[in-house]
Amino acid sequence: MNNSVNSLSTEELSAIDEELEHAPYRSAVAIDALKIVQSHRGWVSDSSIKEIANYLEMSSEELDSIATFYNLIFRRPVGENVILFCDSVSCWIRGCAKLEKHINKTLGITRGQTTEDDKFTLVPVPCLGACDKAPVMMVGDSLHENLTEESINRILEDAAVKGKER
Amino acid sequence: MPTIVIDGKEYEVPQGENILEACLGLGLDLPYFCWHPAMGSIGSCRQCAVIQYQNPEDERGKLVMGCMTPVQDGARFSITNEAASSFREFIIESLMVNHPHDCPVCAEGGECHLQDMTVMAGHRDRRYRGLKKTHRNQYLGPLIHHEMNRCITCYRCVRFYKDYAGGSDLSAMASHDHVYFGRHEDGKLESPFSGNLVEVCPTGVFTDKHLVNDYTRKWDLQSAPSICPGCSVGCNTSPGERYGKLKRVHNRYNPDINGYFLCDKGRFGATYVNSEKRIPAVGRRSKDGLFDAIDSSQALTDIAKGLSTSKVIGIGSPRTSIETNFALQNLVGQQNFCTGISETETALVSACIEAIKESGAKIPSPREIERCDAILILGEDVTNTATRIALSLRQAVRNEAFNMAEGLQLQSWQDAATRMLVQDERSPLFLASPHATQLDDIAEGIFNLSPSNIAHLGYSVASLIEGKKDDAAKKTDANDYGNIAEALLKAERPLIISGTGVTDTSVIKAASSITSALVAKGKETYLSLIYQEANTLGITLLDQGQGPSLSNIFEQGENNSIQTLIIVENDLYRRAAKHKVDKLLQAADQVIVLDILDNETCNQADIVIPASSFAECEGTLINFEGRAQRHFPVFESKHPCRPSWEWLTEIGKISSNKNMLEWQCFDDINKACSESSSTLTGINEVAPDRKYRVGGRKIPRQPHRYSGRTAMVANLSVHEPKQTDDTETPLGFTMEGHSGDRPGELIPFVWAPGWNSNHSVHKLQTGSEGELKGGRSVVKIESKKLIQSKQQVKSVNQNNDQDHFIAVAMYKIFGTGELSSQSPGIIELCESESIELAIEAADKLGVSNGDGVTAHGVNGTVDLEVKINDSLISNCVGIIQGMPGAANINPGEGLSLTRSENWVRRSEIISSDQLGGKNV
Ligand code: SF4
Ligand code: SF4
Ligand code: FES
Repeated sequence: MNNSVNSLSTEELSAIDEELEHAPYRSAVAIDALKIVQSHRGWVSDSSIKEIANYLEMSSEELDSIATFYNLIFRRPVGENVILFCDSVSCWIRGCAKLEKHINKTLGITRGQTTEDDKFTLVPVPCLGACDKAPVMMVGDSLHENLTEESINRILEDAAVKGKER
Repeated sequence: MPTIVIDGKEYEVPQGENILEACLGLGLDLPYFCWHPAMGSIGSCRQCAVIQYQNPEDERGKLVMGCMTPVQDGARFSITNEAASSFREFIIESLMVNHPHDCPVCAEGGECHLQDMTVMAGHRDRRYRGLKKTHRNQYLGPLIHHEMNRCITCYRCVRFYKDYAGGSDLSAMASHDHVYFGRHEDGKLESPFSGNLVEVCPTGVFTDKHLVNDYTRKWDLQSAPSICPGCSVGCNTSPGERYGKLKRVHNRYNPDINGYFLCDKGRFGATYVNSEKRIPAVGRRSKDGLFDAIDSSQALTDIAKGLSTSKVIGIGSPRTSIETNFALQNLVGQQNFCTGISETETALVSACIEAIKESGAKIPSPREIERCDAILILGEDVTNTATRIALSLRQAVRNEAFNMAEGLQLQSWQDAATRMLVQDERSPLFLASPHATQLDDIAEGIFNLSPSNIAHLGYSVASLIEGKKDDAAKKTDANDYGNIAEALLKAERPLIISGTGVTDTSVIKAASSITSALVAKGKETYLSLIYQEANTLGITLLDQGQGPSLSNIFEQGENNSIQTLIIVENDLYRRAAKHKVDKLLQAADQVIVLDILDNETCNQADIVIPASSFAECEGTLINFEGRAQRHFPVFESKHPCRPSWEWLTEIGKISSNKNMLEWQCFDDINKACSESSSTLTGINEVAPDRKYRVGGRKIPRQPHRYSGRTAMVANLSVHEPKQTDDTETPLGFTMEGHSGDRPGELIPFVWAPGWNSNHSVHKLQTGSEGELKGGRSVVKIESKKLIQSKQQVKSVNQNNDQDHFIAVAMYKIFGTGELSSQSPGIIELCESESIELAIEAADKLGVSNGDGVTAHGVNGTVDLEVKINDSLISNCVGIIQGMPGAANINPGEGLSLTRSENWVRRSEIISSDQLGGKNV
C-alpha cells in the first residue's frame, strides 16, 4: 500500500508479528512495536509512527500519544550512542552533578543534545537500579558503575571508536 | 433524598450525585475544570476540593475532591474552610504557572471558564517569575483555531473528542509540562463534532476560527434563541451577531434534544447569512440576465394584480418555516400549493408518516435515544443526515457499560472507572447500509446490502421476532439475522432507525413491521425516522397531500396552463432534472422567486425578492419527532430583506385575500396556521407571543453593560443611536430588560454573576442535565393526528438487470445542505459533485478516481466525476445529494454507466487553481 522508503522492514514486521501472537488485540503491542522500530533505526520518525499505527490498526494520534509519553522512545534522531545518565538521589549524593558537567565539557553537549559528529546523545534518567554502585550511567546497552572523570573519559573514547552498540 | 451538611447548613440533594454536582445544583459556587455535566468526573484537575468531616465532632476533616465524592445521607462538608479554599487557590496558581497573562488578546476572554474560576478561587497575584512553557500551534482545518499555550491540562478535550464522540485524531501527547493536545500532524479534525471543543475547552485553546478572524467578545454579541436549520433534528442554538454580521453559533441547552453539544454543520454552517450572494434588493431580471433593482411596492402591486387574473402556482420549501409555507398556501390556495419536495422524497416521507401511525412505537427524542439499549439502523446514514443523533447513539451503546457499573455500585458519573471496567463492551447496535458509515466502529453487526436487501433483512427480522421461523425468514437469514431479533427482544427499550435517506419505501415499511412486531410482544419500542431537511415533516403536514406534486406542476407547465409561478426559498435545480425545471420556468409567463441567496432558480426568475434568513426572522420548524420549535430574529439585516411570510402577506393584502387581510404580525399568521388544521393545533404554544413580558419587561438580546452603550458607531458619533423597537417578539434589541428565569425557548444567551462562560447554564437548570428552571413548552404533534398524504406516486422504473446499477442517495454533512454549504469554512470541506463506485464497478468501466462517467437514466445523461468507495456494494452507485447534477438522477433508479471520453480531470484543468492558500 505504502511503498515509501520508510516502510517497515521485513525484520521489523516479523518481530512485531511475534509480539502480536501473545496479544489480545493489535494495539496492545504498541510499546513493543515502537521499541522494535527504535532498535532498528535508533529513533521513531513521524512516518514510522504512521506505518506502525497503520499496521496495528490504530490512529497515528493514538500511537503518538504513547510514543511521546515515554522519554526513552526517541521521536527525534539521536547519536550512535545514547548516554543515559542517572541524576537521581544516590548518584547525586555521590557527586553526579560534577560528572555531568564533565561530560558537558568533554562532548560539548548538554541534556537532550547530540554531538555534532552524531556519536553521542545525553539523556538524564531518574534511576538505573544500581544505587549501590553510584554514580552510574548507561552507554548504549552497557551499564557503567562507580563513575569517575577518568572512567568516563575511557568509556566515551571506547564507545566513540566502537560505534553503535547492539 | 439524602440530607447533607455544607458549612453548617442542611440541604436535601438528589440521590446518586456527587458533591460538586450537588453544590452547583444548590446554587453554591465551587470551582471545577475536568468535570462536565455530560461527561462525568475523573478527578484529575483537583480544583473542586472540599473538606469532608467524619462526624459532627470531627473539626479537622479531610480534603476530598467534590466531583469524586458521592453524596451520602448525613455527610458533612465545607467549601469555605480555609484548608480547602487555599488548596483551590493554589491549584489555580499552579495552572497559571504556564498560562499566558494576555486575556485581552485571547478569543476566550469574557466567556472563559478559567477566568471565572480564577476569580472564584481568589487567586490574584502571580508569584512565578520564570519562563513559561510554550508550544507550537497546529492547523486543525478551516473551522477550529488552536492556541496550545492556553492549555491547563484538564483533559476535557480528549475526553469529549475520543471518549464521548468516538474521534481518533486528537490525543494527549507527551508528559509533565510538555503535555500537548493536538493531532499527530497538521490537518483538519475529522470528527463531525469537533466544534464542541470550542465550548468544552475551559480556556482559549480551541476557538471558533470564523469568530477569531472577525472577532467580537461575548458581551458585545447580540443573540436570540434559535433553531438550527441544518437538518431535521432541530438542535437549539444561540447565534450571535454584531455589525449586522452573524459571528458565531453556540449551543443552547435543551435537555431533550442537543443537551450540551451541536454538530459542526449546525455550529459552522450558518454564516452563509453574511454571504455576498445575498439577494441585494427586489429586482427584475431581464432576458439578457441583468438584474435591475425595482421599487418594491410597485413590484408587489404588479404581482398582486397578476394573481387575480391568472392561474397561479406556489412552490414552497422544506427548508423554511411553517408560517412562510402557510402564507404561500393561503395566497395561492391549497390546490395550487406544492411542497417543492421531489416525487421520490414525498413518497418516502408518506411512508414514514404511515409507519409512525401504524407501528404503535414511541418516537424518541435524542435524549430518549441515549437510553435505548438495542438499536437497529436500516439504511439511514445518520452521521450525515441527522448528525447530532449519531452522538446520541454513541451514548446509547454505553448503556451496557452503565449496567455493568451499576452492578459494582459505581455511579454513572464515575467516568474513568466505568470505562476501565467495561473496556469494549457495548449495548448491541446493528447497521444495514449499502456502504460503510461513521458508526461502523460501534456496531456489533454490519450488513452491507442494497436498499431492497435491507428491506428484506428488515422483514426477516420482523418475522423472527413474531416467531414465524419458517416462511419469510429462510434458514440462512435465521442465522444471520437471528442475533438482531434476539438482541431487540432482550432489550428493555429497543430502537429502530430508518428514514428517507435510504430512498426505498420498502425499507421504511420493513422498519415499521419490526416495530409492530416488538410492540406486539409488549416491548417499549422506539422508532426514529429521519427526514432530510429542517421542516420536511412540517410542510408535509401542512400540505396533507392536498396540493399538486412537483411532477404535476411540470405537466401543467408543459400544457402552458401556468401563468404565474411563485417559488419560495427553494432552488428547483436541486430538486428535479434540469431539463424539466428549465421547461417549467420558461413556460410560466411570470416567475417570482423569494430567496435568501442567489441561485440557479433566481437566475431564471422575472422578479427576485430578498428573503430573511433564519437568523433574521421568526419562524416555526417541525423536527423529525414532530416537535414544533420557534426561532427568533437575532438581528435586523442590513439588506432590504424581509421574512418571506411578510412579503407574501403583503401581496395577499394588496390582492384582498380574505384570510390574509387580518394578519398584522407573525403571531397572527402563526395562530391562523394553528387553527387551520387539527394536525397543527398547538404550534402557537411553542413559545410565548409578542406580548409576553416578565414584570412588564421584554427579554434583552444583549448582555448588560453598565455604560449602557454598544459604542458601535462611536467612530461617527458619541451619541448611542436608539435601538429599534421589536414589536414582533417578546425579545428586545437591547441590553435592558428581564434576565432572570425565563422560559427555555426565550433564553438568548447564558450568563450569571461570576459565571461568564457557557458553564453559567447550570444556574438556569434544576441539576446538571436537568430541566430549565424557567420551564419549557414542549409541543409535539401526536402520532394519531398525523395525516398522510394521499399522493399516488409512480414507482421509478428500476432496471435491475446486470448492466444497470442502482442509484443510491449519498448524503454528506458538508455539501448536501444548499445553504450551509455556502458558509465560509464549510465551503472548504464540501465534497464535490461525484458518483461513488465500488472498485469492481470502476474496473469494469475502466475508470479510476477523478475520471468521468456518463450516467444514462430516465432523465437522459449526466457526466459525473468518479470517486471510488471501497465499501460500496458493487451493484450500487452513490449519488451525492443536494448537487445540481445529482438532481438529474432519481435515487433508486437503474442507471447504465459508460466511461466518459471527453472528461477533463480536475487536476488537468489548472493546477494552480487548486493551490488555494490554507488559512492557518
Ligand atoms: S486543550 Fe483545553 S480542554 Fe484540552 S486539556 Fe487543555 S485546557 Fe483542557
Ligand atoms: S444535528 Fe442537525 S439540527 Fe443539530 S446542529 Fe447538526 S445540522 Fe443542526
Ligand atoms: S473537577 Fe473535580 S477534580 Fe477536576
